[in-house]
Amino acid sequence: MATINKAAVQIRATLVGNKRVGQYHQLIISIGEIANQCRPGNFVAISVGGESSRMVLRRAFAISRVSESSSFGGTMELIVAPHGSGSKWLCAQGEGAVLDVVVPLGTAFGIPTEPVQVLLVGGGYGSAPLFGLAEVLHARGCRVDMLLGASTAGKIYAPMEGKRAVNSLRIFTEDGSMGQLGRVTDPIKSLIEDLDIAVVYSCGPMPMLAAINEITTGTDVIHQCAVEESMACGIGICMTCVLPVKDEAGNLSMLRSCIDGPVMDGSTVAWEKVGQVL
Amino acid sequence: MNELDFSTTIGNAWFPSPIFTASGCASSGRELAQFFPLHDIGGVVTKSIMSKARTGRPTPRMAETPSGMLNSIGLQGPGIDVFIANDIPYLIEQKARIIVSIAGETVEEYATLARKLRSVAGISALEVNISCPNVDNRGLVFACDPDASRRVIDGVRRAIGGEIPIIAKLSPDVTDIVAIAQGVVDAGADALALINTVLGMVINLDTMRPHLGGKTGGLSGPAIRPIAVRAVYQVHAALPKTPILGMGGISTGRDALEMIAAGASAVSIGTASFTNPTALVSIQSELRELLRLKGFESLQGAIGCAHRPVGDQQ
Repeated sequence: MATINKAAVQIRATLVGNKRVGQYHQLIISIGEIANQCRPGNFVAISVGGESSRMVLRRAFAISRVSESSSFGGTMELIVAPHGSGSKWLCAQGEGAVLDVVVPLGTAFGIPTEPVQVLLVGGGYGSAPLFGLAEVLHARGCRVDMLLGASTAGKIYAPMEGKRAVNSLRIFTEDGSMGQLGRVTDPIKSLIEDLDIAVVYSCGPMPMLAAINEITTGTDVIHQCAVEESMACGIGICMTCVLPVKDEAGNLSMLRSCIDGPVMDGSTVAWEKVGQVL
Repeated sequence: MNELDFSTTIGNAWFPSPIFTASGCASSGRELAQFFPLHDIGGVVTKSIMSKARTGRPTPRMAETPSGMLNSIGLQGPGIDVFIANDIPYLIEQKARIIVSIAGETVEEYATLARKLRSVAGISALEVNISCPNVDNRGLVFACDPDASRRVIDGVRRAIGGEIPIIAKLSPDVTDIVAIAQGVVDAGADALALINTVLGMVINLDTMRPHLGGKTGGLSGPAIRPIAVRAVYQVHAALPKTPILGMGGISTGRDALEMIAAGASAVSIGTASFTNPTALVSIQSELRELLRLKGFESLQGAIGCAHRPVGDQQ
């Protein structure tokens, strides 16, 4: 049985950086030695709105990368789109603000033991955790190719420093305002064939993950994806963030994306049944 | 100053603290145990369990609302046999005091569940959830029908009565909650759990359709607290000898004391654990401190004190 991330703790953590990057905010939060426990794919759950807030639920964000020894000690970086009332509140916090954070949560991307070829695919700000992952994979000796996609240029998140760990980066927008016109999933099939890709790592909207899985199904390529389901608690007690997953015998059960995910083996998810009654 | 007596009783079950988890808001305790020892709180009320494994309702299952949330889980769970084999031993190992919550689709299912639990050691009390709002047929919400409520509790009493206290969990979505409460107490309930969530709906303006996969959901959180306080007050006034496990939007020690003053012998913390995984322990210490500040020597002295004449606090 899957259990909550054994490193998870609830802490009061100081926001030490808040910078606007295109349509997103890059938040740097001081988390001390817990940074050592965070792995690419893990997420955090943060209280929003302050003491008298009418927002009762935490907001979950993927950790985009951690630094174990910045000038603030251990820090983590989050890339946040100020869309809803909770993320807008968070992005409006200034440096020095103290946040109530539960960290680290959820599963992490599996790192190959051999230096294999890998493909990283990100949609929108789903690309954020892929840069931290790329650094780990690069250090393992893997060849890392990355595809990023979004509806339009402003929604692409691709920091300059993040590109160091990547052998190639191609960008796709649906309106052609940046990179190539088209969807990020368009070139995957041929890349898998041409580059001898062993693992595809993906992070982004559920339809994108499902589309990638369709491409990897029937091949030897492993598809590790970080799923997105709306969560109330992030710690496994509310049962709202479930999705249908097959076990080895093919039996379906509704697993919590906060405990058994967010990183899952894409071939085990019953994509056609997401949002349905089993 | 004497040490505050923080203990409470529900029927023949004794608890060192009146702060419990709320059914469906703590799973079976494993996750919250990452944040505090389960032994430190009054008790763990487990997620309502049914006879068979159940996958629940489709997603989206959640919508945040002002000072609250809607949930539409639909009693997802592993079924009673797996629950007894996996979850009860874990909770016993953690030295948690266990209140098992059961739910059924028929009067017979409740009785069968109670019979299975009768032979399981280590359970302090049984919560009979006759008020889950997330069922497809509103006719199945037993707690909306005085006769059906009585029949369920009567069947459970025959199966397990006298062994451990039976706590009937009621819905606020009725015209006269006192009549329902009276009926289940007459049928053999030793205590009452008030209140389950309030049926609600959110329309998604992107799709212009109900947001939840199950269309309707149960509203919880501070938004419903006054409804819960009112229900506890009304029922305690009518049935002052029946212990009440009060719940609905409690997120601070102050909120817990309000519910206790209305007549609750203990309180359950649900949605607040989603906001804050250590809510149970902070509410517990806040309540303890507040009782001391107000000059109470025991929790018992505060139960139902809102019903006493002004000037006669204790």
